[in-house]
Amino acid sequence: MTALGKLFRTTVFKISLAYLVLFAIGAGLVLARVGWNVKDLIDEQIAQTVDADITGLAEQYAEGGIRQLVEVIDRRTRQPGAGLYLVTTHAGEPIAGNIIGLPPGVLDQTGLVETNYQLAGEPVAKHRALARIFALPGGFRLVVGHDTEEGERLRHILGGTLVTSLIWLTVIGTLGGLLVARRVLARVDAINANAQAIAAGDLTNRLPLAGTGDELDRLAQNLNAMLARMSELMIGVKEVSDNIAHDLKTPLTRLRNGAEQALNFAATPEDYRAALEKMIEESDNLIRLFNALLMIARAEAGSELDGISDFDAALVARDVGELYEPLAEQEGVGLSVTAEPGLYLRGSRELIGQALANLVDNALKHGRLESPVAGVAALSAQIVPAQNVPGEVALAVHRRGEMIEISVADHGPGIAAKDRARVLERFVRLEASRSRPGSGLGLSLAAAVAHLHHGTLRIEDNVPGLRVVLALPASAAQPLALPSAQAVIHAGEAA
Amino acid sequence: MSPMRILIIEDDVEAAQYLVKALRETGHVADHAADGLDGYDRACDPTYDVLVIDRMLPKLDGLSLIGGLRAQKIDTPVLILSALGQVDDRVKGLRAGGDDYLPKPYAFSELLARVEVLARRKQPGSGEETLYRVGPLELDRLSHKLTRNGKEISLQPREFRLLEYLMKHAGQVVTRTMLLENVWDYHFDPQTNVIDVHISRLRAKIDKGFEPPLLQTVRGAGYMIRDGAR
Repeated sequence: MTALGKLFRTTVFKISLAYLVLFAIGAGLVLARVGWNVKDLIDEQIAQTVDADITGLAEQYAEGGIRQLVEVIDRRTRQPGAGLYLVTTHAGEPIAGNIIGLPPGVLDQTGLVETNYQLAGEPVAKHRALARIFALPGGFRLVVGHDTEEGERLRHILGGTLVTSLIWLTVIGTLGGLLVARRVLARVDAINANAQAIAAGDLTNRLPLAGTGDELDRLAQNLNAMLARMSELMIGVKEVSDNIAHDLKTPLTRLRNGAEQALNFAATPEDYRAALEKMIEESDNLIRLFNALLMIARAEAGSELDGISDFDAALVARDVGELYEPLAEQEGVGLSVTAEPGLYLRGSRELIGQALANLVDNALKHGRLESPVAGVAALSAQIVPAQNVPGEVALAVHRRGEMIEISVADHGPGIAAKDRARVLERFVRLEASRSRPGSGLGLSLAAAVAHLHHGTLRIEDNVPGLRVVLALPASAAQPLALPSAQAVIHAGEAA
Repeated sequence: MSPMRILIIEDDVEAAQYLVKALRETGHVADHAADGLDGYDRACDPTYDVLVIDRMLPKLDGLSLIGGLRAQKIDTPVLILSALGQVDDRVKGLRAGGDDYLPKPYAFSELLARVEVLARRKQPGSGEETLYRVGPLELDRLSHKLTRNGKEISLQPREFRLLEYLMKHAGQVVTRTMLLENVWDYHFDPQTNVIDVHISRLRAKIDKGFEPPLLQTVRGAGYMIRDGAR
């Protein structure tokens, strides 16, 4: 398509063309109406003049007979710019006047007649006139008329004006349409070029903005926002798939190694049994990992939750606290739950419970203060069970502005400040937790759950230790607040 | 327990044959249907004790199949198997008329335990009793009282619910996930041995100082409460 052809095909040009046609029709109608009215007006004036003349001349005839009439007419016709006069006999023989010929039959008509006429000294009847034929008593006929040329000329002028103005209108309209179309087309072309580049795979490209804030700019802005979200998702998918590759290949390798080892070295049925049991355990870990990764991927995709409800955050915190309390006791770690009642969340109780369980699980596993003795043992490179100082894990639910914060705090080694930001940066995990078996996805999963509920996961220093805060938006439909007595369960200690 | 008749509706032939074989080895009768329509026809036979239905089936999808059966007033207990395993998926499955839900891949012991619990539910006279009795152990669900040899034992509310669930299914294996689902109403995999610790605490209260022990660990599967004397 040529550049001009493209211009002609633009919507803007088509719209301006449509307006042009509408405008031309409108202008034509107005001018035609004006021309029509002007003709009517002129005709009416002619009729009045002619009638007045006839009345005057009829009086002259009544006064002085045909002789006086002829004299008066002769006198009048000698003046310049005079009207048209003709007096004939009963048979139609001209007696006086400046018209020498009328088409046959005209003389027999009455009233106002539009007719051709012939002036003296002219070969044919080529002028047009509006005339009245008046029968005088005595058989004579008087024709008084007026040339219509003037009116015709006026109409010609009006018609000409109409045509020229239409021509100008068309030229200017077309050019204007083309100019506007070219301007819009240039911007649309720029947007198209960028869109094609984006479609070709360059997701970092953005649509250009003219900075005028007009509708094209707003469209480009919105499309850019859409692109930003899309590339964010793409990056997320890529990172998640990278993580999946890493996280699944590690246990798969262990699984395969286990099978290979059993094939090569197992001697007794007991050996085989042990190897198979180990493999089942490995594949269970793999399934667990896979489920967690799927959940994270789903959360990252920002899909909506099904089966959501309003529930008391304190209830979930206490449920989870109670679930882990015997384990904490067995591990020699105190587990306390401090929950303000009546703080309602909207979301999946199941997922939030799972996230919280993961956080508590992590805190119980990693939240121990290692005593200096353990450090010495490590230095002497002996395999001595690390002597741990019992820590305290605290589960708490508070309201903070619009958010409900569920925190799990421990007194373990925590996470170094430099790693804290990284650990939350889209499910990055520290190498230490990655290589520790059976765990490592807990924090990622909790972050995914927070994300799914439009909340955040924060990692803070518990001085010493780690505090993980799950901040979730409070339910909008807050049921009536219960008496706000703080219910505190001290589990572990009580037992 | 007496042999059960189980119908497995599953399009993965290998998985289905493994299930059939494993169920027969545990003394049950198992049939297999490979697609939704065939499964539907056979499931209309009301003598089956439990139906194990895969969610994604050729010809007739698992949830529609269950819906069709329920519309025909066939209320054989259904265990749904699903590869999806999301929270929403479970809710959908149970809403469609399923009685229990097991995400794939599963351990056979888990499936067996759930199938046995479902089959028991179908048997007449398994209504909600107010008094559970296992040998010398008596649990009164109305007064929330527990006695062994007439001696009262006090339990925490959650321990009571745990024991209540175990005693309701006395003589049957109950898995850790079943306990988490029915006692705590959570469906995730607890990863650590949280349930085991709860059980040992409960065991300390009901079995310590008494003979014989009632609460038993079934290796590789879960727990079972049973009157060992019989």
